[in-house]
Amino acid sequence: MDLLQTKGIEKQFLGVRALKGVDFTVKAGEIHALMGENGAGKSTLIKIITGVYPASAGSVYFNGKECKFRSPLDAEHAGISTVYQEVNLLPDLSVAENICIGREPRTKLGLIDKKERKVQARKALARLDIDINVSENLSSYSIAIQQLVAIARALDVDCKLLILDEPTSSLDENEVKELFKVMKKLREEGMAIIFITHFLDQVYEVSDRITILRDGQLVGSYDAKDLPRIEMVAKMIGKTPDEINQMQAGIVKNTKFGETVYEAKGIGRVGTISPVDVSIREGEQLGLAGLLGSGRSEIAQIIFGVDPHDSGTMTMCGKSVNFNSPQKAVKAKVALIAEDRKVTGIIPDLTIRENIMLALQASKGIWKTMTLKQQEEMADKYIKLLRIKTPSGEQLIKHLSGGNQQKVLIARWLATNPKLLILDEPTRGIDVGAKAEIEALTQQLCGEGMAVIFISSELEEVVRDCDRVIVLRDRKKVGEIAGADISLKNVMKLIAG
Amino acid sequence: MNKSSNKFRHLVWPLVSLALLLLFNAIFTANFFKIEIKKKDSVQAVQAPSVPDNPSAAGTSLTTPGTPVDAAGSAEAAANAAAGEAEAAGQAVKASAEQQAPAPKESKGVSIFGYYFYGTPIDILNQGAKVMVLAIGMTLVIATGGIDISVGAVMAIAGAIAALLISMLDAGNFPGASMGPAVYWIIPVIAALILATVAGFWNGMLVAGFGIQPMVATLVLMVAGRGVAQLITDGQIITFTNPGLVFLCNGHALFLPFSVWIVVSMYVIFGLLTRKTAFGLFIESVGNNERASRYAGIEARRIKWLTYVICGFCAGVAGLLAASNIKCADSNNAGLYLELDAILATVIGGTSMAGGRFFLSGSLVGAILIQTLTTTMYMKNVSPAIVAVPKAMVVIIVCLLQSPVFRAKVLSIFASKAAKGGVQ
Repeated sequence: MDLLQTKGIEKQFLGVRALKGVDFTVKAGEIHALMGENGAGKSTLIKIITGVYPASAGSVYFNGKECKFRSPLDAEHAGISTVYQEVNLLPDLSVAENICIGREPRTKLGLIDKKERKVQARKALARLDIDINVSENLSSYSIAIQQLVAIARALDVDCKLLILDEPTSSLDENEVKELFKVMKKLREEGMAIIFITHFLDQVYEVSDRITILRDGQLVGSYDAKDLPRIEMVAKMIGKTPDEINQMQAGIVKNTKFGETVYEAKGIGRVGTISPVDVSIREGEQLGLAGLLGSGRSEIAQIIFGVDPHDSGTMTMCGKSVNFNSPQKAVKAKVALIAEDRKVTGIIPDLTIRENIMLALQASKGIWKTMTLKQQEEMADKYIKLLRIKTPSGEQLIKHLSGGNQQKVLIARWLATNPKLLILDEPTRGIDVGAKAEIEALTQQLCGEGMAVIFISSELEEVVRDCDRVIVLRDRKKVGEIAGADISLKNVMKLIAG
Repeated sequence: MNKSSNKFRHLVWPLVSLALLLLFNAIFTANFFKIEIKKKDSVQAVQAPSVPDNPSAAGTSLTTPGTPVDAAGSAEAAANAAAGEAEAAGQAVKASAEQQAPAPKESKGVSIFGYYFYGTPIDILNQGAKVMVLAIGMTLVIATGGIDISVGAVMAIAGAIAALLISMLDAGNFPGASMGPAVYWIIPVIAALILATVAGFWNGMLVAGFGIQPMVATLVLMVAGRGVAQLITDGQIITFTNPGLVFLCNGHALFLPFSVWIVVSMYVIFGLLTRKTAFGLFIESVGNNERASRYAGIEARRIKWLTYVICGFCAGVAGLLAASNIKCADSNNAGLYLELDAILATVIGGTSMAGGRFFLSGSLVGAILIQTLTTTMYMKNVSPAIVAVPKAMVVIIVCLLQSPVFRAKVLSIFASKAAKGGVQ
């Protein structure tokens, strides 16, 4: 039985056609993967189904009836629950409040029943096998836990269709496994699940059917077992499998290293990370590997001066430096593309051009300005170079898809011509095509003499791209491997201890 | 083409509202647009008969926008203001007659051209100058996601220190008195601006330095500021007659009231400072996403701090204008509730209270709109006691027109009606 059906969905944003007549069907009791590159229209389609945006044309049928949801709440009442790509919860409220928000249990007097709320919250979390204190503020838990809370919240409603938009991007392997267990259980209960992810393995692990979008158009729907992986990728990016193989073979590792660019001895911060030594040479790509919360991002933050170090010394190009604010690091030509794009990356209401020029301008200060023409040329250059999908640099960055926003942030830092580039999870929430592009780009930058620190929770990427890997566990450095010793097995061994 | 229309989109609705208001006046208010060119010497003769048919001259000046309390609150101040205003309406004729000799600057400004415009629209610009100046600083502060509700009190402080110093100089017991009244009036002006800037620095320190919420941080000075002003003037209302100080809000230069030129130069200076440097971009960036701005290498705290300093400076200029207007420093009533007008002007001008994009030109139009509205109501003999009501109605209409959500709703109503009509 078709639980959800869309017919000829169209959506226009400021003259850009994000969706061009999409027909999409989901049956009850199946896990349906929705695949496509950045900007292919997956998120837009989901938002139309759940009533975040109205469709420009076309109709949505749910449970056999035509539906026009005016808000996500509308959709929720009808039985469609959604967990969005970025965690959309209230960090300063407790876990229980977050789970029950909008449907608080009431006492006889109509007041909120706080005890019952906690009970309900615990029950909802128990379904995912999570045992945390529901009275704590949500912000006191890691992003992974927050993501699981969001899923628990979605499940808490009596829902027939669950939509998971990139639910696994901030989860580690065990958490992903737990999530999949829950998903399979829900499928047996007859629930339909739409699953959006960029992890190809995960698609095949749980999905029954796969629908592929490209440039706002439907490519097709397939049974997962009938669609080989390479063919799926080919359909997503609109190239033949042979072309993809060539693309992947095109990544050449740089092997010529120059002078030491950055060296830190025993830098640490109480309560954040125990003292570590980090050094990196020109043209070298240094990986930081470890589980979520092992201190990878914390090292990046300390090097960039976001959280100043309270022990140790650092030198940049042989000179002693003290990065205790991002300004100092930026002026010394260090760049950090941080992990949480929405919070620490984009300036949503500024244009792409302004977002790109921001860091360069910040390092120049207030008085040394660029002419509008220079700015436009710079923006156009990077839009072309990084293949950012936008009609012009004057578009607001908030109208771009996640992956394209990430590319703008990369452009922002490349424009400052950094000596040391730190990439914290640059490939999170990004499709295969863009991933390959970013990997190729970092290799090219290394070839030009840039030092790159690469942080990723995907170990394959770290192993494939890095010349040296620092492995972290429990906020401590547990080892360092270089050259031919870098292998998935060795890294895993160190992580496991 | 497209780009430029985007750039000025925020100005459309405030300008439409202003145009409608002016249209209303053109139809219903006699002589509203009558602008006369007067020669300095002939003013007094022409002025006398023109006062009765032009109640605005007395009305507007007496009451700062939306402040009936102003008149009721302090009888002395009111009387003073009335006296001052009668003089102001006389376009500083007295000053020119009695004090031409010690005020070379004034007589020079007039003697070069000898002519100036006179009429209600000019009056609106002159009376609106205070809010226009305040709106500059307020716009920048609001663009960083903050607010400064202390500007009215800072105006009082600036006026108080200026009046105190000028009275000391006049009495001859302050260094610099030997320079003579034609020159030494610059000392209180500078002192007032410095003190106001320090007040802005204090606000900036609380907000950017210590991370106190802007509303709370500036509330401190809003409450305490008038006390400080009282302290400076020892609880007295200090009146002054120094031609230099009086000239600021009552004098004329190059055909227009001098205060208009102050406003113009302030807008040019801060327009250039924000748009020809990266300062404006950084303000918008910090207001839109402070954390990401910091990650991009912008010194977010310093940028925020600076906007409060600028806001303090603007309040200082406005305070001098207010004191100059009524020729006295009244700590209780100078700039009372003007912070609200400045915030309104900013919002009407299209700058969001949430921070981010800001529009100085919009705030200027907003301030003019507010003053035009006030003047219109006094000319229509609306009682000061209820002036706030029609004013609030116009403000809410402009704000609704500025809201894309509201416009979309109205449009969809029209669209559905049109569709229904089509079916029938």
